[in-house]
Amino acid sequence: MSRKLFSFPGGIHPPENKLQSLSIPIQAVPLPSKLILPLQQHIGAPAKTIISAGESVKKGQCLAEAQGFVSAAVHAPTSGTVVEIADHEIPHASGLTGLCIILQPDQKDQWIERQGIADIRNIEPTELVNIIRQSGIAGMGGAGFPTSVKLSPPADANIKTLIINAVECEPYITSDDVLMRERAAGVIQGVLILTHILQNQQSLVAIEDNKPDAIAAMQEALAQLNEPHNIEIVVIPTRYPSGGEKQLIQNLTGIEVPAGKPPLHVGIVVQNTATTYAIHRAIEHGEPLISRIVTLTGNALKQPGNYEALLGTPIEHLLEQAQLDQHQLSRLIMGGPMMGFALESANAPVVKTTNCLLAANREEYPEPEPANPCIRCGACAEVCPASLLPQQLFWFSMGGELDKAEQYNLADCIECGACSYVCPSHIPLVQYYRATKGELAKRNADLKQSDHARDRFEFRELRLAQEKAAKDAKRKARADASAKAQAAKKAAAELEAKNNPEGSGQSEGKGDSAASDSDIVKAALARVEAKKKAQAEAAASQTATNESTSQPETQDRS
Amino acid sequence: MKLEKVTSPHLHGRSDTGHVMRLVILATLPGLVALTWFFGWGVFINLLWAWIVALGFETLVVKIRKRPLGYYINDYSALVTATLLGLALPPLAPWWLTVVGVGFAIVIAKHLYGGLGSNPFNPAAVGYVVLLISFPAEMSSWVPARGIEAAVTPGFIDSLSSIFPVFGNLLGQPNVDIITQATPLDLFKQKQGLTTAEIWQPGSAFGHFAGVGWEWVNLGFLVGGIFLLQRRIIYWHIPVSMLGTLLLMSLIFWGGSGSESNGSPMFHLFSGATMLCAFFIATDPVTAATSTRGRLMYGAGIGLIIYVIRVWGNYPDAVAFAVLLMNFCAPLIDQYVQPRTYGHSQGQNKGHKQNKSKNSTSDQSDDS
Repeated sequence: MSRKLFSFPGGIHPPENKLQSLSIPIQAVPLPSKLILPLQQHIGAPAKTIISAGESVKKGQCLAEAQGFVSAAVHAPTSGTVVEIADHEIPHASGLTGLCIILQPDQKDQWIERQGIADIRNIEPTELVNIIRQSGIAGMGGAGFPTSVKLSPPADANIKTLIINAVECEPYITSDDVLMRERAAGVIQGVLILTHILQNQQSLVAIEDNKPDAIAAMQEALAQLNEPHNIEIVVIPTRYPSGGEKQLIQNLTGIEVPAGKPPLHVGIVVQNTATTYAIHRAIEHGEPLISRIVTLTGNALKQPGNYEALLGTPIEHLLEQAQLDQHQLSRLIMGGPMMGFALESANAPVVKTTNCLLAANREEYPEPEPANPCIRCGACAEVCPASLLPQQLFWFSMGGELDKAEQYNLADCIECGACSYVCPSHIPLVQYYRATKGELAKRNADLKQSDHARDRFEFRELRLAQEKAAKDAKRKARADASAKAQAAKKAAAELEAKNNPEGSGQSEGKGDSAASDSDIVKAALARVEAKKKAQAEAAASQTATNESTSQPETQDRS
Repeated sequence: MKLEKVTSPHLHGRSDTGHVMRLVILATLPGLVALTWFFGWGVFINLLWAWIVALGFETLVVKIRKRPLGYYINDYSALVTATLLGLALPPLAPWWLTVVGVGFAIVIAKHLYGGLGSNPFNPAAVGYVVLLISFPAEMSSWVPARGIEAAVTPGFIDSLSSIFPVFGNLLGQPNVDIITQATPLDLFKQKQGLTTAEIWQPGSAFGHFAGVGWEWVNLGFLVGGIFLLQRRIIYWHIPVSMLGTLLLMSLIFWGGSGSESNGSPMFHLFSGATMLCAFFIATDPVTAATSTRGRLMYGAGIGLIIYVIRVWGNYPDAVAFAVLLMNFCAPLIDQYVQPRTYGHSQGQNKGHKQNKSKNSTSDQSDDS
């Protein structure tokens, strides 16, 4: 395995604390009394329920299907009855609730009819992606991005490299580690399926060098594979956050994913280990995603370890299996200690992204110390994997200088927390960045909205001005026409007076009536002529104004 | 069950501002020992007195500002300022000189700007410059270093009485006669047409390659600096670029050993406060540039200014001036040396291009 490794800037070496949960093999969890299945366990649109309360369902039956392209389905983790579909606490950084299907197990654990595919080589990739989509698989490393989306690159995309992210760089978490130790063959099968779908040139399984057992198991499984493959196990040095998607890509290939673009842009697809295993289960065994391995660890647990939990299992139930000491528990973190979030209660369920539950006591995680002023020591900049200037971003966040924060690329912060970890002044830097990112998002949305409103207002002003101009032109034309008519009338009268000089004294008698009659006809004809002329002129000027008003409209349509 | 609501990261490393500052003070020990050996107990007494004065002023200002005292004292920053200033003062500086210098540093240069982290100028350098400009005579009277012919290194009592005349009165030694002499940098500058060999006589103020005693003092601070580098308290960029620039300048403008000589590179590197500046004063992060390239430029600027003032300026040494002048430049440097962010091409992400974000938003609205 002498692959040339690149590197990434920054990084830290926090205490690993992984041994606590590695003393026992993966444990099964007894069925809880109810399962809580949030409709949104992934990034994208929530799933749409296709069952109703009171219905009996079988294990693996689809309860809610993907709604839209970026979405993931939800399945029944065991057989039982749907009690209700209602708001319930979900694992959320802000302690929000969400719509959940509440399922009461019937303890029979009866599967639906499953159909696995023994040989994928003759199956169309699109069909496999469809099965993955039907199986409700979403990134199980923490982000929860629907997997089928990542596996549906545009037709012109040339996928060179598939990276399986088995790095697991966060302290405490060992769920991927034990998965590879105990089920390496399944993971490798998953990689083969992905390779078949993506038709990529190389598949790299990246593992940090602090997991020698997992590395050995994976290499063993790879050696036993008796078919041609392009899979390579790549051991990378342990350094947080080497498992960050962008950092991993840089570490393995030396390529940086351009800001704001997905890895697909540079011909790379990254999948998490547990996700890869779930793909194997879905394709080859016909099992949708209904369970996952969760690391239960922390000093408040007497029996830390890895537990295979059904999705929807209340966290409380799970912690009981690991012999939680209620009095010890002071902080409950979902995910790792660097990027995970603190849960407000243990009532929330296990979801597709729950890779670890860290039940910590006060000694392990004391309350945060009060922050000292920033002394600009630059330790944060030294460890930033994105080569940002965290201390500058901190100043801009403090001062509300959103433009500056944007120019210093706050958007490229991956919130890994390395800066906060090393800060000698104990400043909760990431907290500031999150707040400022929120403000920036809000400002940009407002900006867009106000831009839109301004555009609409300006167009309305223009339209009103044009309407007014058209009206004025019409009015003027009408006035001109009537003035001309008046003039014609007057001219006719004068003509009449000239032709008939003695006619002024009409009262003098009607001796010459024949001649004067013909004059009257003439004058009338002249009037009609003048009127016609004026009308024609008015019409001409009106079409001209019509043209001028219609011009911006056509412009707008283009 | 009451669960804590804390946002990530939940882990924190062991580093701590107070710890950093204590290590900085500890690292001055070799230099302090050398100074005390060559110039007598006055150095040590000055330092202790500076600490007391600094803590006094810090307490006073924190009380006036109505801030929690323990929180401020625990960062040890006042003691670091006092240490650096105390080490730079002449060994027998009268007590009030220390009070004025440290007081100015703590009250005006630090707290009036908002306290630790908000001061644009290095407090110790400000204190030193105020003293140098206000009391030039007191600030340039150094006792000759031990080892120089006719040098009498004052003992503890003599030093104490000369710093605090009140003790002299109490002990019945009202007037202590202390021989003072200009520093080697000063002597070299005022050599008045003599060649290097002519002033570099045995028993003179010049030793192996720099001033007697000063060679060891600078070596002491160098050792302390390497300790700080090794503990990753400071980064190498500022010391290396500062010393490198000083070395380069003194090589280019050396001028041999004749009467026109500007001093050898070794002389400049190991004279005056060169090493104290390189590892302890210039590396003050609060007032320095922050990015890697910025630190290199900042250090180089200090090295350049030190040499220019030493050789062509009016002062024999120029560490404090150089640091303050570069403090002025630090924000500007920071503005222009933003490192390239992941996923951005070089030059794409300059923070100083003010109009960039505005253009991009209008571009977006055009696209939509």
